[in-house]
Amino acid sequence: MCAKQVTKQPAKQVETTGHSWDGIEELNNPLPRWWVWVFYLTILWGIGYVIAYPAWPLIKGATPGLLHASTRADVDAEIKRFDDANAPIKAKLVAADLNAIIGDKELMAYAEPAGASVFRNNCAQCHGSGAAGVQGKGYPNLLDNDWLWGGDMEAIHTTITHGIRNTTDPEARYSEMPKFGVDGLLEPAQIDAVVEHVLAISGQEHDAAKAAEGATLFADNCSACHGEQGMGDRAQGAPNLTDAIWLYGGDRDTIKHTVTYARFGVMPNWAGRLSEDEIRAVAAYVHSRGGGE
Amino acid sequence: MWDYVKLVVLGVIAVCAAIAANYARDLAYMVNAIEVMLAAGIVFLYTLRTMGEYRAVDQGEYLDSVVRAGAIATAFWGVVGFLVGVVIAFQLAFPSLNFEWAQPFLNFGRLRPLHTSAVIFAFGGNALIMSSFYVVQRTSAARLFGGNLAWFVFWGYQLVIVLAATGYVLGATQAQEYAEPVWYVDIWLTIVWVAYLVVFAGTVMKRKEPHIYVANWFYLSMILTVAMLHLGNNLAIPVSIFGSAEITVFSGVQSAMVQWWYGHNAVGFFLTAGFLGMMYYFVPKQAEKPVFSYKLSIIHFWALIFLYIWAGPHHLHYTALPDWASTLGMVFSVILWMPSWGGMINGLMTLSGAWDKLRTDPIIRMMVVSVGFYGMSTFEGPMMSIKAVNSLSHYTDWTIGHVHSGALGWNGMITFGVLYFLVPRLWNREGLYSLKLVSWHFWLATIGIVLYASSMWVTGIMEGLMWREVDANGFLVNAFADTVAAKFPMYVVRGMGGVMFLAGAIIMCYNLWMTVRAQPAKAGVGSAIPAE
Repeated sequence: MCAKQVTKQPAKQVETTGHSWDGIEELNNPLPRWWVWVFYLTILWGIGYVIAYPAWPLIKGATPGLLHASTRADVDAEIKRFDDANAPIKAKLVAADLNAIIGDKELMAYAEPAGASVFRNNCAQCHGSGAAGVQGKGYPNLLDNDWLWGGDMEAIHTTITHGIRNTTDPEARYSEMPKFGVDGLLEPAQIDAVVEHVLAISGQEHDAAKAAEGATLFADNCSACHGEQGMGDRAQGAPNLTDAIWLYGGDRDTIKHTVTYARFGVMPNWAGRLSEDEIRAVAAYVHSRGGGE
Repeated sequence: MWDYVKLVVLGVIAVCAAIAANYARDLAYMVNAIEVMLAAGIVFLYTLRTMGEYRAVDQGEYLDSVVRAGAIATAFWGVVGFLVGVVIAFQLAFPSLNFEWAQPFLNFGRLRPLHTSAVIFAFGGNALIMSSFYVVQRTSAARLFGGNLAWFVFWGYQLVIVLAATGYVLGATQAQEYAEPVWYVDIWLTIVWVAYLVVFAGTVMKRKEPHIYVANWFYLSMILTVAMLHLGNNLAIPVSIFGSAEITVFSGVQSAMVQWWYGHNAVGFFLTAGFLGMMYYFVPKQAEKPVFSYKLSIIHFWALIFLYIWAGPHHLHYTALPDWASTLGMVFSVILWMPSWGGMINGLMTLSGAWDKLRTDPIIRMMVVSVGFYGMSTFEGPMMSIKAVNSLSHYTDWTIGHVHSGALGWNGMITFGVLYFLVPRLWNREGLYSLKLVSWHFWLATIGIVLYASSMWVTGIMEGLMWREVDANGFLVNAFADTVAAKFPMYVVRGMGGVMFLAGAIIMCYNLWMTVRAQPAKAGVGSAIPAE
């Protein structure tokens, strides 16, 4: 036996139970009074609680409790309270002319915080919680005045309602850039030339000789969508290539990748997921971020 | 003869496992099958090589070799579990630690169950099995029942851990918290657990003492209830005999309720009742004082056992669970407060008259802090089960903090104390290598827990408030990502707390290693069973 003998406690009057296991004895102390009373109190409280609240399962349903409390009813009531309070302004928002919303102080006082909430919980995943997009990843910045499909209320509203290049809404905005490299529409050397031209029109360092060759190729292959000057075309969601704002990146390698493989950014349609008043609110919110037209 | 039977069985298992590996429908199943094949093969070779050797077994001695192995396993899995915990804590703070090259294996989603299982079942489970084998022998004055069955329990349990851990990383999971192991691991665990019950109950039955010591009530209630919980929550139908995928028999809210009946009682019986068993033996032993109150131990034992099993629904407040079930879960949880505290009172009051030891004995200090954390988390638990509190705390880091003040503070610290108590005795050494290192371990672990728990309270309450914040029109003010961003500093603090706790455990391993290696052997002691 490796254990040391446990010493008895002669100082205390409390007896042990008389048993000893491997030298461990047990005192016969009574239950601490406070412990017993708190235990009784929690039991009493428990009895009261199960009388007051739904508690005991029966064959059909459960005892409803004297208070007839229901967590689901509580949530419904809470939601209804806000729905009722917001109903008039929502109706006004839905009925209003889209372009008139921005100038209406009363509507905007509701639409901007409402839209902000809708944005944070539905749009922020791609466009960022501050609406600044994700640079270089194809998620557009919504704070600037560079718009792919248009930046007035009508255009923003349409984009949110139907989305872009999705397969779920036939009215989604649609356009498709050809895969110039993958599909063999341009030779690798020609692609290099076009890239130099794009670098040239966006004011970046470039090879002038190749860029000149690229200009012709650009006019033949790209200008139908991006415009003769490369200023883009909102009717087709074709980006302006002459500014410093790039959806996927504006350096030589990225542009080459874009021309070779093309890009196909998708946005879901929000009609059906968001109500019309929510779509209008979030459109107004996006419009009011600084770039609205 | 018995050895021939064993060889045949092991050979058949190894061949079947090889066939299963060949037909495997997924990677996790294949690797698990190969592991089973190797395990069976190793035992086959061992049996073959030791066949016919005369093995003298002194039936008058306690079977301590398996306890020694359990102590080593406890320390080893503890460090593994804490290390994975530190890794995933930092993965949450710095998502780039989910390295691209390590995908899909070492991401947070797969490492998280590895951490929880390693700490609860590998570290905690080995601590329970090992300490219960030690305690039941001493308090029954009897050698473990069933000969080498205890060794089967030990190695069988290690195989469960290895199968489960590799399965998680390779993507095999039942997707039920704390019950992630897939069907064939569950079946194997059932066999091992029944063997454990046989060894434990058999030893209690052949005891020489007239009464069963309180520690053994707790251990036995743990073994029985865990068996019931395990069988209930793991009812599932495998998709294929050669695959890890399976379909749980329950669905919807029934599945959720069974899961949390299991999950809560895994905490209640594995981490509370079982560890109270440890406390009831090792605290009076280390303090050299009698247990404070026999009456209290009876009352709080039965109250705890009766009440705990009903408390599970408090994990599902404000979900698809009906209100009545929610009410009952909450009421039973609150009434559970005092029965839980009964254990704390008995632990702390056992020290009355020996409080001076807190200054001189870092092991008793560890045990006292452990019982203190037990009391704190068994107050916090009932409080968090109250619906109004839960509506704020649910799904937040507060829950994580609560779990860790229990797991690190109560389970971790008491286990460390038990290891410090046991290792010199199991290896017949003159005390520990260094009490100073125990002190270092104590302070690192305690400060680590405080950092962990307080940072999780802060982020938990903060994110709970942020989630529920609505403006005058009823719209949410914060995006989910806003709460994630706001938590970042506290996530780093939590990770630092984990590093300290891990560092303490590594110091402990060194200290225990040096105790066995460098301390002089204690003369004139053995592990002979006392006559009467």
